[in-house]
Amino acid sequence: MHDHPVSIIENPSRSEAPNPREITTEPRFSDRVFRAVVSSGGFISLFLLGLISFFLLFNGLSIFRSEGLSFVTTFEWVAESVGDGTEASFGIGAMLYGTLVTGFIGLLFGFPLALGAALFLSYYAPEWLKKPMVLVVDVMAAIPSIVFGLWGFFVLMPQAVEWARLINKYFGFIPIFSMPGDFYTRSPFIAGLVLAIMIIPIITSISREVFAQTPLDRIQAAYALGATRWSMIRAVVIPYGRGGVIGGAMLGLGRAIGETVAVYTVLNLVYDIFPQVLVSAGGSVASLIVNKFSEAGEQELKALMAAGFVLFIVTLVVNFLANAIINRTARQG
Amino acid sequence: MSTVTDNKPQEPIVPNKSSVPKPIKPWKATPKQLLPDFFGALGAVVLTLAVIAFSPMAGMLGYILTFIVISIITAASISWIRQDRKAAANSVSTLVIYFLAAFVLLPVVSVIFEIIRKGAPGLSFGIFSGDMSVTAPDAPLNEGGLLHALVGSFYVVALATIVSIPIGILTALYLTEVKGKAAGTVRFFVQAMSGVPSIVAGLFIYAVWMITLGGTYTTAAGALALAILMIPTVARTAEEVLKLIPTDLREAGLALGATQWKTVALVVIPAARSGLITAVILGTSRVAGETAPLLLTIGGNDAMNWNPFSGNNAALPFYVWKNFGAGSEFSSARAWTGIFVLMVVVMVFFTIARVLGNKKG
Amino acid sequence: MENEGDREMSETKTNSLASIAAARKPGTTAMGVGLEARSIHAWFGQKHVLSDISLDFYAGTVTALIGPSGCGKSTFIRILNRMHEFIPTAAMAGEVLLDGKDVYRSGVDVTKIRLGIGMVFQKPNPFPSMTIKENVLSGLKLAQIKIDKSDELLEDCLVRAGLWSEVKDRLNQYGGTLSGGQQQRLCIARSLAVKPQVLLMDEPCSALDPGSTLRIEETIRDLSKTMTIVIVTHNMQQAARVSDYTGFFLSDGGPGELVEAAPTSHIFSNPKDKRTEDYVTGRFG
Repeated sequence: MHDHPVSIIENPSRSEAPNPREITTEPRFSDRVFRAVVSSGGFISLFLLGLISFFLLFNGLSIFRSEGLSFVTTFEWVAESVGDGTEASFGIGAMLYGTLVTGFIGLLFGFPLALGAALFLSYYAPEWLKKPMVLVVDVMAAIPSIVFGLWGFFVLMPQAVEWARLINKYFGFIPIFSMPGDFYTRSPFIAGLVLAIMIIPIITSISREVFAQTPLDRIQAAYALGATRWSMIRAVVIPYGRGGVIGGAMLGLGRAIGETVAVYTVLNLVYDIFPQVLVSAGGSVASLIVNKFSEAGEQELKALMAAGFVLFIVTLVVNFLANAIINRTARQG
Repeated sequence: MSTVTDNKPQEPIVPNKSSVPKPIKPWKATPKQLLPDFFGALGAVVLTLAVIAFSPMAGMLGYILTFIVISIITAASISWIRQDRKAAANSVSTLVIYFLAAFVLLPVVSVIFEIIRKGAPGLSFGIFSGDMSVTAPDAPLNEGGLLHALVGSFYVVALATIVSIPIGILTALYLTEVKGKAAGTVRFFVQAMSGVPSIVAGLFIYAVWMITLGGTYTTAAGALALAILMIPTVARTAEEVLKLIPTDLREAGLALGATQWKTVALVVIPAARSGLITAVILGTSRVAGETAPLLLTIGGNDAMNWNPFSGNNAALPFYVWKNFGAGSEFSSARAWTGIFVLMVVVMVFFTIARVLGNKKG
Repeated sequence: MENEGDREMSETKTNSLASIAAARKPGTTAMGVGLEARSIHAWFGQKHVLSDISLDFYAGTVTALIGPSGCGKSTFIRILNRMHEFIPTAAMAGEVLLDGKDVYRSGVDVTKIRLGIGMVFQKPNPFPSMTIKENVLSGLKLAQIKIDKSDELLEDCLVRAGLWSEVKDRLNQYGGTLSGGQQQRLCIARSLAVKPQVLLMDEPCSALDPGSTLRIEETIRDLSKTMTIVIVTHNMQQAARVSDYTGFFLSDGGPGELVEAAPTSHIFSNPKDKRTEDYVTGRFG
């Protein structure tokens, strides 16, 4: 037992904590220069994006003013240089519709494939297969779009025309699958197929990242309750990763919307809206620009700038939404 | 006290090591257990052939569709009989996912195969020594070459890289070293920039260079358009690489009394060197194959142009595009050969970037 | 002088643990053996982590597994419900008998095994995308078991887990709104819904405050009347409070071994092995 006297502290006075001292550092001159240089380099992206918007808008302004909203809603595209005195009139409505249709078809085919590949790589693939397959998907992402364009035209299209024929044969009673004649080549359907292949890598890699973050303890809890692999995926992985996967799909859609040469080779541009997707007639704003560019006079060039501006804004909005969804679900955990 | 009377030597005492059994994995399916699955697969193939023979289904699509449907039904039945409905759902979903993954691999295999098949015939040493200045696109393949396109591509990508390196790396440095208040905004804009369609980049440069500044098609203009597409890739990859450099390294530099810029220049960047090179090469491989922006800025050329600041120039994607547009048998073959060369270039960059990237890890 | 004080302290400690254990009404072994482990070995790749563990778990009782960290207790219980095999390098030897049949025998449906042997984890992990009701019944959904009176089962499980009164008015709220202790009881209710014979608990209270811990220990004692419960714990007082039998695991740098297994009061008052005695008296660990 202790016999040392112990002083008992009763009601220790609580003195106020002092105010924190302000710590200032005067950066050296060389560091100030450094920060200025780096910051200006960093701000260039803001600057560039602003410039792009400005120049496109500026050059296309007269067209926007004269056409107004009908630029986006009408389907006619008549350049002044037609020569018989008809008024120039520019409307990208059909092209915009076509861009969205082909993009949507691309997503329709590409998303399930990409999601399946991502699930396969994350939860089904044997170890020896993972690295090679990831490599293949990365190679897919690196293939230039013109390669897909030519491959789509020479290799895929003959096959896809047959498939379109079959779809029309068995499902032709549904309006979008009907055909006014035997024109199956270079249709939105085929363009959509090519786009599907091109957007698979980005959707797959984002989905894989999301799946990799699924909390392991929830997965274990599901298995401990007697789940099979599939019921575990449905109960834990998909609810957790749903937002990120959808964001990835939207990024894929954004890429599809902006795709130019791959669509141009396999799509026949027609300035009208056809509800049938198997017909050899479609639209794409990006392809329109390429198509008309070389022969364009001054007026038409302005219209192309305006079209480019619209495409730019649409892509920006889609990508912005996609990134917002992805970033939000990344934080939610 | 005990006396050993017999002459038997004492047995040495050996610890009992006999009892450690062999490790096994009883959860791994034995061949015997897999037998029903194997026969099921076999049966599915047989059934498929039978169905094809006796029905209007035909062609590659017919085979594939029939096989998918039959194998799903077979797998589901086997699992249902062997276990229960839950196992059947599991088997079906597993099979579906395997099929989806296989279909993802098919296009790449086909693309590579066709490039080799269709592009190889046009390959010869000759194509690397000539250009198309005196040859028509539909002339036989032993005439003309694509050297002009190769050189043009080299120029435009090199110029784009020269422009993109400083901007991309400075942006990454801003995000990781300076970390100013606008960092979130900058990152957002970089992300937005990576979504800019390639044709919009071309239109923009056209608007600035040709319309506003009154210039003409040049390599430099093309390089600027490519730079717009390259900068976000370089910036994002470089940021990832710089983030991997541990803060201890930076703190060590600062603790030695170095200024921030000295720390960055002499400590951080050398440490991240190979990663930064990877970032640049990744950006290069991204733009080497771009077509649309070049169509609007570089003008295309059938002859060699060694001057990047004046006159149209060719590039590999442009060369492919032009030959494809000509539409004849020989021009299409030329286009495929051009694609072959382009793919080799892109794959070389791609491989270098990966090898470097794996080394630094 | 210090040794004596130490020895006094450890004797006091052992005595108090023993008295806690003795004060507890024991479960009954008359209900037979719920689960048997026979000569269990475990490996991760070449690394031998568990050596020759043989232990019987009796129905109607609680068995605590104690021992310093890293000696393989968690690996052991994961071998019992076949969760060990998820690690790619895992291998094992030996048998685990549920109702006299080896759960590792060929041709067995492993998901059914896990329905019979449930597990509650150290960190409460209710499914955040499901409501409280859906969480409790999630085991049924995952196993695709259809039952008629799911509401009765829901209430029964929550009552047995000691959570019913607190959540009965908010069954359709999401599981993430509960406190840590409540979440863990939700996880217990979730495991109960598939009617397991054995419940494995891997340090279920180590992430919880003392109040929640005591409530869960009450729950464990109630549940043990109809099940076999195995609980891994670092807390010897908890082992003394809650368990009928205790197994002491130890690893000397090599594979973990079962040093001693006995009724809890014996382990704490009269351990046969010196290593057990050293551990329960606090000389190490």
